[in-house]
Amino acid sequence: MAGGAATGGSSTSDTYAEARTWLLLPAWVTLGILVLAPVAIMLVYSFLTKEFRGGVIWEFSLGAYDQFFCSRGLFGDEPCSIEWTYIQIFWRSIWQAGAATLLSLVIGFPTAYFIATRPPRQRTLWVFLVTIPYWVNLLIRTVSMKFLLRDEGPLNDFLTGIGLLNEPLAIVNTNFAVQLGLFYSYLPFMVLPIYAAVERYNFALSEAASDLYAPRWTVLRRILLPSVKPGIVAGCILVFVPSLGSFLAPDLLGGARNFMIGSLIEEQFKGNAGNWPFGAAASMILLTMVLIILLIFARQQAKAES
Amino acid sequence: MTSKTNDAIEVRNAVKRYGDFTALKKVSLTISDNEFFTLLGPSGCGKTTLLRMIAGFEDVTEGGIFLFGEEIEGLPPHKRPINTVFQNYALFPHMNVLDNVGFGLEMLGKSKSEARARAGEVLEMVQLTQFSARKPSQLSGGQQQRVALARALAPRPKVLLLDEPLSALDLKLRKAMQIELKHLQKETGITFIFVTHDQEEALTMSDRVAVMSAGEVQQLGDAREIYERPRNMFVADFIGETNLIEVTVDRIDAGRAACHLGGGHRLTCDAVDGIGAGASVHMSLRPERLFLSSAPTEGESLKARVRENIFIGTDISTILDLDDGPEFRVRASNSSRGTSRVFEPGTEVFVNMEQGAARLLMD
Amino acid sequence: MASKKYDLRVYPGFRGITLLCLVILYAPLIVVMVYSFNASPSITNWEGLSLRWYADVFTGPESAKFKSAARNSFVIALIAATVATTIATLSATAILRGGRFRLRMVSFGLISLPLMVPEIVTAVATLIFFNAIGFDRGLLTILLAHIAFCIPFAYLPISARMQGIESTYEQAAMDLYATRRQAFTRVLLPLMAPGIVSGFILAFIVSLDDFIITNFVKGAGVETLPTAIFGAVKQGIKPNIMAISTMLLGVSVVMVTLSWLISRKDRKT
Repeated sequence: MAGGAATGGSSTSDTYAEARTWLLLPAWVTLGILVLAPVAIMLVYSFLTKEFRGGVIWEFSLGAYDQFFCSRGLFGDEPCSIEWTYIQIFWRSIWQAGAATLLSLVIGFPTAYFIATRPPRQRTLWVFLVTIPYWVNLLIRTVSMKFLLRDEGPLNDFLTGIGLLNEPLAIVNTNFAVQLGLFYSYLPFMVLPIYAAVERYNFALSEAASDLYAPRWTVLRRILLPSVKPGIVAGCILVFVPSLGSFLAPDLLGGARNFMIGSLIEEQFKGNAGNWPFGAAASMILLTMVLIILLIFARQQAKAES
Repeated sequence: MTSKTNDAIEVRNAVKRYGDFTALKKVSLTISDNEFFTLLGPSGCGKTTLLRMIAGFEDVTEGGIFLFGEEIEGLPPHKRPINTVFQNYALFPHMNVLDNVGFGLEMLGKSKSEARARAGEVLEMVQLTQFSARKPSQLSGGQQQRVALARALAPRPKVLLLDEPLSALDLKLRKAMQIELKHLQKETGITFIFVTHDQEEALTMSDRVAVMSAGEVQQLGDAREIYERPRNMFVADFIGETNLIEVTVDRIDAGRAACHLGGGHRLTCDAVDGIGAGASVHMSLRPERLFLSSAPTEGESLKARVRENIFIGTDISTILDLDDGPEFRVRASNSSRGTSRVFEPGTEVFVNMEQGAARLLMD
Repeated sequence: MASKKYDLRVYPGFRGITLLCLVILYAPLIVVMVYSFNASPSITNWEGLSLRWYADVFTGPESAKFKSAARNSFVIALIAATVATTIATLSATAILRGGRFRLRMVSFGLISLPLMVPEIVTAVATLIFFNAIGFDRGLLTILLAHIAFCIPFAYLPISARMQGIESTYEQAAMDLYATRRQAFTRVLLPLMAPGIVSGFILAFIVSLDDFIITNFVKGAGVETLPTAIFGAVKQGIKPNIMAISTMLLGVSVVMVTLSWLISRKDRKT
C-alpha cells in the first residue's frame, strides 16, 4: 500500500553511496528471511502431501491444487470435473471486496473532496479525524461494529426506540455487515489518495468548464473525475486488495454463510483438522491474484505518468 | 435603467470586499461593443477580481454588472454568454485539442459532430488544424495559448475576457501574439476585455485602457491620452519612464502654469484643471521629450551637469544633476540623426523641453 | 443586490456525506467506550455509570491472563518498533542518500512488500517457515514476525521526512570537515528526529494492534492482548472486554495524536 512517491524525488543525493550496501543489509536480511523465504517455502508446501495432524509430509503432490479445482466424486475416483466450492468462496470474496470498495468510494470520494476543499490550515485536522480510527486496533473496531449492529445492540434499540422500526433489523451475519466492516477497516486508504489528487487538482479547469457553459455536476463528471482518476483508482486498489484477504470482518460480522478466503485459509491451520498444503495453495492463489492486480495497476500508473 | 445596446459591459459602482479587505472600491466603467478594452495595473490592483466578477467567478459585494443593458450578477458562469482565456490556459489535460475547443458548444447543446465541425473552423482561424488530435501537454506554450483562445472563441461569446494570457510566453512570441490578438478582435467583432500588468502590451493593443491601482480606476482613456496626459502621479509613474519632480505653482496665466522647483529653477507648462496657484504638486517630464544642448535654447531650459551615460541599445539614457535640484533622466535615440549628442560626464549642459513634455499631476 | 455566491468548488451534499462518514467511523468506538462504563453485567441493559469492569480487568478472575497478555503485547511492540525503526532509518538513508543504483527500486519494493502481501498470506507463510526450519512457536516467533511487518510502517514517515531535508545540510557539514559518519550522526539524524519518532510510534501501534499474524505464529498458551480479546469475544462480547478495548483504544489514539502533533509542529518551524 505504499506510495511510490517515497522513493524518487529531487532530494536524493549520493552522500552515503559508499555505505549503502551496509545500510541496506539489515533490511534485506530481515525481510529476506522473514518475508521472501517464507513465501518461497509456502510455495513449496503447497506442492507437498498433507499430514493429518497438521503439517506436511515431504513428498511431492499436486493434491492441494487438485482439491481446489477438481471434483472427483464421493470416493475420489471419478475423472476431474470443476469443483465449484472453493471457486465460489473466492468469487464471493471478490464480490464482497468489490462491494466494500464501492461503498468506500461512494462515501470516501465526497469526504476526500470536501476535505481537500477546506482552507489549507484545516485540512490536516480533517485528514487526522478520518485516519484516527484506522489506528485503533482492527479487532476492536470490528468487535465494536458488531456490538453496535447486533440485534439487541444500541443501533437497533435506537431505531425501534424512536419508532422507525417495529422489530430489530438483522444486520449482523449478512453480506452487508461484512461490507460495512470492510469499509470501516480500510476507508482511509480510499480517502487519502483521492484527497491528495483533489488537492493537486487545478480548479481553474473547473472554472474553464463552467465558463464554457458546463453546469456544476457536468463539471464534476466531465472534468474533475477524469482529472483525479489516478487517485480514485489507487484508492480502489488499496481498499480492494486487503479486503480480498481479510479475516476479521467476515469472521466476526459475517457468520458461516458469508465465508471468505481469509476464513478458508485460517481453517486449514487451526488445530489438527487442517490441511496445510491446501492452505498454502489457497494462499498462493490469493497472493497471485493480488500481485496481478498490483502489477496491472503499477503498469497503468507508469503509463499515466509518462 | 435604459439599456444602451452599444455598451457591451457596464460595471456600475461595483464593490468587492473579502472580509475586512476591499479589493474593489466603487468601480464604474462602460465598455462599448466591438471594443478592445484593457484593464492595466500592478498585481493586487483589483483588475483580475473585476474580470472574474464579469465572468461570474466572484460575486459582487455591492453594485451591479450589466451585459448589453441586462443585469448578469447572480447568473452562474455557465449561464453567461461570456468566455475567458485563462492565465495558464486551463486546457483540459484529458481531452485532445479538438474536444477542448468543442467543449463549450457541446455544453450549449450542440451535437458532438456539430461541435467538432465548428471547433475545426476556429482551429483553422488560429492555424492549429494539424494539431487537432494532440493532447494539450504535447503542444508548445504558444500553441496552448492559441488553443485556449480558440476554445473561448468557439461558442461565439458576446464578450471575451483575457486574463494575462500572454504572460507565460517569451518576448518574441508575446509580441507576435499581441498583433494576432488585435487582428482577431477586429475580425470577429467580439468585445475583448484584456487584463495585463504590462503597460507596453496595453498601449499596443487597446482601443481604451483603464489604469487601475488599489481597487480603483485611476484613469480611463485611449493609449495616447494615458501616456501623454496622465492624470495623476500613479499613472505617470506606472506608464513608461518619467521624471517626477516636486514643483510649486506660482501663478496661472492664459492656460499656462508658472512653477518653480528646488534650486530656484523655473518652468512653465500647460495648466491642469484643479491645480491652482500656490499648489505643491508633482510634475512629470518624459525623458524622451527632453534633449540636451551645450547652450540654452529659446524654449524652457534648465542648467545641469552630466553624471553618467547609460547605453541601452536603441537609446542612450543620460543621468544629470540639476544645480541644487533633483536628478534628471534624459533619453536620446541612438541614431546618427539624433537631435542631441552625447556629453561626457561632468559637462555642464542645458536640459531643453519639447512642447508638452512637462505635465502637472494630481497626487 | 448581491446574491448567494455560486461556488464551483462546493458540491451540495458532500458536507453531509463527510459528516455521515465521521459518524460511521466514530459511532461504534464511542458506543463501546460508553458501554464499558455500564454497571450492568448485561451488555444490553444500561444500569448507570460504574468503573467495575475496569476493576475487573485488573483484579477479576481473568486479570492474570490479561496482565500477561498486556505485558507480552507491550514488550513485543517496544522491541519490534525499536528494531524496525532502526532498520527503516538505515534503509531510508541508503535509498534516499545513496545515489542511483540498480537495487534501489528493488530495495524499496522489498521494504513495502509486507504492505502488498495480504496479511493472511504473510501469516500462513511465516507459520510454515517456522515450522519448516523447526523453530518452536512462542514469544520469539511473534517478535520476529512483528519486526518484519513493522518496517514499512516505520519507513514511510522516516523517508517522507528525509525527502524534505535538503542534502546540502550534510554537504555543508562535510565541507566543514565532518566525516561522513559525523555528518550522519550530527546533522542528518537530529534533523530526522521527528520522522523517526513518528515512524517508531506508528510501528509500535501496528505491532500492538496486530491480530492475524500473531494468531498464526504464537505458540499454544502464549497470548497478546488482541489474541486474548479475540478468544474472549468468541464466547460473546462481555463488559470487561469493552473496558480493555477502551483502554487499548485510548493508548492508540494518544500515540497517533502524539505522532501527528510532532509532525505538525515540525512542519511549522
